[in-house]
Amino acid sequence: METALKFPVLTPAMPEIIMLIGALAILMLDLIVRKKDFIALASLILAGLVAYNVFGAAGETFGGMFVADGYAMFFKLIFLVSLMLTILISIKYIEVERVNYGEYYSLALFSTLGMMIMASAGDLIVLYLGLELMALSTYVLAGFLKHSLRSNEAAVKYFLLGAFASAFLLFGISLTYGITGTTDIRAVAAYISENGLSENPVLLLSVILFSVAFSFKIAAAPFHMWAPDVYEGAPTSVTAFMSVGPKAAGFAVIGKVFLIAFASAKLSWVQVLIPVAILTMATGNILALMQTNIKRMLAYSSIAHAGYALLGIIAGGAEGMAGVMSYLMIYAFMNIGAFAIVILLRSEGFQGENISDLEGLSKTHPLYAALMLISMFSLTGIPPTAGFIGKFYIFVSAVNAGYTWLVVVAVIFSAISAYFYLRVVMYMYMREPKEEVRLTTSPAVNLALAISTAAVLLIGVLPSSVIDLAMYAAAGF
Amino acid sequence: MVPLEWYIWLATAVFAIGVAGFLTRRNIIIMFMSIELMLNAVNISLISFSYYLQDLRGHILSFFVITVAAAEAAIGLAIIISLFRNKATVHADEMNEMKG
Amino acid sequence: MLPQVLFLYFAFAIVALSLAVITRKNPVHSVIFMLVLFFHIAALYLTLNAEFLAAIQIIVYAGAILVLFLFVVLMLNLKEEVTEHRYISLWAVGVLLSIAISAIFLMTLSSIPLGAKGVFSPDVIASETHTVALGKLLYTEFLYPFEIASVILLVAIVGAVVLAKKRLKS
Repeated sequence: METALKFPVLTPAMPEIIMLIGALAILMLDLIVRKKDFIALASLILAGLVAYNVFGAAGETFGGMFVADGYAMFFKLIFLVSLMLTILISIKYIEVERVNYGEYYSLALFSTLGMMIMASAGDLIVLYLGLELMALSTYVLAGFLKHSLRSNEAAVKYFLLGAFASAFLLFGISLTYGITGTTDIRAVAAYISENGLSENPVLLLSVILFSVAFSFKIAAAPFHMWAPDVYEGAPTSVTAFMSVGPKAAGFAVIGKVFLIAFASAKLSWVQVLIPVAILTMATGNILALMQTNIKRMLAYSSIAHAGYALLGIIAGGAEGMAGVMSYLMIYAFMNIGAFAIVILLRSEGFQGENISDLEGLSKTHPLYAALMLISMFSLTGIPPTAGFIGKFYIFVSAVNAGYTWLVVVAVIFSAISAYFYLRVVMYMYMREPKEEVRLTTSPAVNLALAISTAAVLLIGVLPSSVIDLAMYAAAGF
Repeated sequence: MVPLEWYIWLATAVFAIGVAGFLTRRNIIIMFMSIELMLNAVNISLISFSYYLQDLRGHILSFFVITVAAAEAAIGLAIIISLFRNKATVHADEMNEMKG
Repeated sequence: MLPQVLFLYFAFAIVALSLAVITRKNPVHSVIFMLVLFFHIAALYLTLNAEFLAAIQIIVYAGAILVLFLFVVLMLNLKEEVTEHRYISLWAVGVLLSIAISAIFLMTLSSIPLGAKGVFSPDVIASETHTVALGKLLYTEFLYPFEIASVILLVAIVGAVVLAKKRLKS
């Protein structure tokens, strides 16, 4: 058998290639450039350049292993938005934490590259490798504060549970490969429907293994235990990044595996995902009620939001997937906006992670209090913020798919969530300042706050901007 | 010829032993070794599927699994070392800086 | 008859060694048992016509990864480990879960519908050797994942240096 070495067409993969070359260049640049702000700026420019290229790149290459369609494009935009906002809020923060190393930015870039690879994976092997690239970089970022025991513990827990989940993912891939003879996502789908395997117990086992692995990645109950500790211990900027990017990437691969590869076995995986979604919303919202640490509260909130987004997957189809995608985009803005305020509270010798540290913020810093208010309203889902739009479209898609009772459950949990989000607002507006709160402001964080708040309000008023794009991107489902 | 199921049962047994080790041991390093056991179980299943399917994809994937396992080992052990520098413990149940 | 006997020997040895790895008190003993285990797994790969993978199982797994483990275990010098409790207090839950998992798996995997057969029959592989066949695929059809794997290894180097180095220049 003679196999000729044909050079693959590279144009569809241009964003990834630019990202890789840029990340390598920035890694080298770190050797000669003393000022780390410059590295951050270079990373921002690179992310912008990649985002610009994402729009132009479409098509398939590497024998269908790389698929740059609208779906992948939209997810890549989410990753790049969260990367850019994360870089902006990191610049001052990692200086305050005394870990101002250039590797921080390189690792964030590599992690984003991994997510991009996941979003455009056409093959389960590529999906697994992209996931590992993302995860390995994020493990290191979580433990980036080497002198902090909490950060070390966060990294250990994240690493052990992440690697544990990967093993389940691999067993799932292995079983799928065994019964279909291929790992190409569309070929798997075709083989399953052609050979009537959708009811097969081995396929069902493989679905369960995939669900376990993905639940770990998106922090869905009952596999969410790592999230609160990891979110609390990791550097706040990394927490902001982890709560958006890897979660969105997790949903991107859930969409690929469940809605494409296992599309004909929908009846089986819906049975698995419905209890997971309900349990996730319940644990996230109820446990968030009793948190005093704001990072921990936002961790439970992020668990709860994964539960809402799962409703869109359960609904399925173009509408459900578009709901999930626009929700994740909106979630990126509002969550990083909230984390940016938490980052402002951190100053030399002051942790600023307790919800009570926000007491009386409206008196001392009315503008920042107002920005936090908008983020909290949006996370609760109060109109006219974007959070409302995101939830609305997900719930509508679930109702249209016939899961009205599930939406009722979600709305009830959503109402419960108002209590802990609005408690933050209450602390800021109804309490007297305890002591002088010094915020560590910097132009970069202000810019990140401005962008995220503007996006939250803009999408809230003009939802079509994101929804139309998501509908277009999810048209293939 | 040995039936395919035998190989998969062996893989299952090793996988379950890995899960048991991960869930019961206190020592982080042993927990990590249990994960390596699980990865090896997956490799056994992949390679036997490949053999019976007369296809090389399983071999390719297990090749990548070994690569990633090496990368994972480097990072995981570095994380454990950086934890050990701050607190001389490798026990999972003594990691209790964060509660709630 | 011989293949079955060989398989049964390897299967029992692998299961017994895996159990030894997770139950030993001294982590060094666990590593040693794992080393023997990896040699058995490599031999099992040989019975499945995967010579190249058997070789890298020994070179990478036994030669690199386990040596790394051994280094760390010796570096951390865990003397007190031998006298302390091995298991978490809720170990029974873990064991039950694992038994449940194996029971479910064994029941489900009692008959596996094999997927579409490929073109790499043992004769084809034998005619051009396993390494050549795998190498050809790796550099043509699977070039893209191969490139990603190289980035993963780079991230591992960067990450390990960042985390394990005592002080980075700021």
